[in-house]
Amino acid sequence: MFLIFASGAGVTWLIYSNEEAIPGGVLVKFLIVSIPALLALVAAMSVRSARLFAVGILLGGVALGWFVYSVQVNDTRPFRLGLDLSGGTQLVYRADLSSIAETEVDDSMAALRDTIERRVNLFGVSEPIVQTQHGGTFAGTSEERLIVELPGVTDTAEAIRLIGQTPVLEFRMLRDGAPVPPTGRPIENVNEIFEPSAITGKHLTSAQLQFDQSIAARPNDPVVALKFNSEGADIFAELTRENVGRFFGIFLDGVPISIPVIREAIPGGTAVISGNFQPQEARELARNLNFGALPLPIELIATQTVSGTLGAEAVERGIMAVLWGIAGVALFMMLWYRLPGLIAVAALSFYVIIVLALFQWIPVTLTAAGIAAFILSVGMAVDANVLIFERMKEELRSGKNTTEAIRDGFSRAWFSIRDSNISSIITAVILFWFGTSLIKGFALVFGLGVLVSMLSAITISRTLMLALGVEAKSGALRFLFGSGTRI
Amino acid sequence: MFVALACITIFDLKLGTDFTGGTLVQVSYPDGRPLPQEISAALDGAGFAGYSLREAEERDYLLRAANLIGEQRANLTETFSIGGEHAVEIVQLTEVGPIIGKELRNKAFIAVALVMTAILFFIAFAFRKVSKPISSWIYGLIALITLGFDVLIPVGFYAFLGFLTGAQVDTLFVTAVLTVLGYSVHDTIVVFDRVRENLRLNQEANRREDFSDTAGHSLQQTFVRSMTTSATTALALLALFFLGPASTSNFALTLLVGVIAGTYSSIFFATPLLVVMERYFARRAK
Repeated sequence: MFLIFASGAGVTWLIYSNEEAIPGGVLVKFLIVSIPALLALVAAMSVRSARLFAVGILLGGVALGWFVYSVQVNDTRPFRLGLDLSGGTQLVYRADLSSIAETEVDDSMAALRDTIERRVNLFGVSEPIVQTQHGGTFAGTSEERLIVELPGVTDTAEAIRLIGQTPVLEFRMLRDGAPVPPTGRPIENVNEIFEPSAITGKHLTSAQLQFDQSIAARPNDPVVALKFNSEGADIFAELTRENVGRFFGIFLDGVPISIPVIREAIPGGTAVISGNFQPQEARELARNLNFGALPLPIELIATQTVSGTLGAEAVERGIMAVLWGIAGVALFMMLWYRLPGLIAVAALSFYVIIVLALFQWIPVTLTAAGIAAFILSVGMAVDANVLIFERMKEELRSGKNTTEAIRDGFSRAWFSIRDSNISSIITAVILFWFGTSLIKGFALVFGLGVLVSMLSAITISRTLMLALGVEAKSGALRFLFGSGTRI
Repeated sequence: MFVALACITIFDLKLGTDFTGGTLVQVSYPDGRPLPQEISAALDGAGFAGYSLREAEERDYLLRAANLIGEQRANLTETFSIGGEHAVEIVQLTEVGPIIGKELRNKAFIAVALVMTAILFFIAFAFRKVSKPISSWIYGLIALITLGFDVLIPVGFYAFLGFLTGAQVDTLFVTAVLTVLGYSVHDTIVVFDRVRENLRLNQEANRREDFSDTAGHSLQQTFVRSMTTSATTALALLALFFLGPASTSNFALTLLVGVIAGTYSSIFFATPLLVVMERYFARRAK
């Protein structure tokens, strides 16, 4: 028991430390906690309650299977495919931190991520992923990285060009009578709400965070001070003189980041954006405006592109391999173990359904390696059943009746199942840590598979066997419980 | 095992782009591929040097080269179409910078070492109650030696495969090796567990039995199970190899070899070693 909890704690720790990578970790935690509980429940069960429970399990399994199928068909929560299956591009950048103080690294990386995310969203890529990563430790250096995943984008050069493009800082006037839109989100009909103004980002020389002393009622209000070059100063003075009282939108990469009111004509080439800022917001805005652009210079260090056709082919072949793999294993089990084999196949079907449901709900990003792990786990999932059946046969041979043989077979096989599966889980955990995204997919599926297969063998197969509750004293029934070529 | 060692030394493992850094491009010519010389000429023209070009599948080429510079990347499609003469699609493009390569390489070694240590400690812990006639650390140690064998076989096989098809060591291969480690320990533990149980039964029944007999019985009792599980796993892997995605076919093959080696070693390697160790300790005790 202690070992289960230890391994459970290990996996739970893994999930906690990778909360972002496995958002549905709660489900897995639940699974881990439920194993000992289920064990105790099943161990105490009589034949009659086993029958009731078996009917429940069967109905539950059918319901879950139908649910997985319908959710997939309706597209409400389809399987999430990795880039190697959906086709797309992954770009990895290294951030140049040479001009950044160590204390500001996290802030700068966050700003970098936000900026790139805004840009990527502009391309209309569906479900892009932009994330930062600390890396290089194992190569003797330390560096901050930015990973951009663009599903469906298969022209690497174009993707690189779009991401590397200098962002656009724009100023627009809100049209008279138009409602003030929320900031921070792209506006679809931007030209209906705003009209272009003569001043642009190239007139800006610097932006600075200041604390306003001019309004006595609210001292130390954080504001952002803009400074224009001389040409910009003239344009801006004229613009503000003619438009007092109107709203003035400041856009970065097409997204309004601030829409202040022009309070008075502003000569002298400086402007102050005051808009109920938190100091943090004001600082970010100043930084965004200053760099206009990216808060840090970045350098491309790795790319990966997989065409949609190759991805689609991999999905198709993956599904075929899964189906045939399951069919092969099921057929083998039925021929080799007869009646118990049939039950193993039932447990295997449960296993497949539960794992697929977990894929959908966690959700697990499926890669070609993940599919491989799934097929491998199907082959290994029956192992627990095999261990149990072999044990049962021994007990039968030593003269016990079937019910006793089933009980003893299960309880004696449990130690092998437990220890051998824990070693597989240890491997999965280390693989997950080792992983690039490709390997992480494999490790997660493999680890989940081992956990679920353990669960399904010790509860589902056992309940079903007990529920059959036949007294195989001789003849045909004994044959059914036997195995291999011997009668 | 010696064959595997020979394979490694003769054929040499080629590290892939994942670990060395560089570029891997797979291009497909839907209307039939041009001769390699034509493509080589086009590549030379675009400033590629020190690359390797290989035919792949029916209409594809695989190019391995150093990291691309901006222009080469932008004109890649044009270069491969040889000035627009052939219809071409870039099916796969992977670029890895040198630091990422180095990092992965080091990480791979650490991962293998970590798996081995974790398993040693786990077995020593799981078998802590059976310290007679041999210490539980010996079980762990033997499992580790067996693991060494299990890793060597697929690695040797892969070196041979690399000689035949140009397969290179990539992260997927490391994954395969680590998975084989997990599987083989799984197998070895099942046998050891039976030894553990039989020792306990003997003790309870106050029966005196030679350790080698106990080990032999245990092996017999788990033999069918080892075979059956290997068979089902092999069946699943065969399906993956023949029907699965192209990107994982080498992976499936490596695993298949590893699984067979793992089963073989836990039967013909781990348990006999256990007996040898027991004899050694018994003799020393006298």
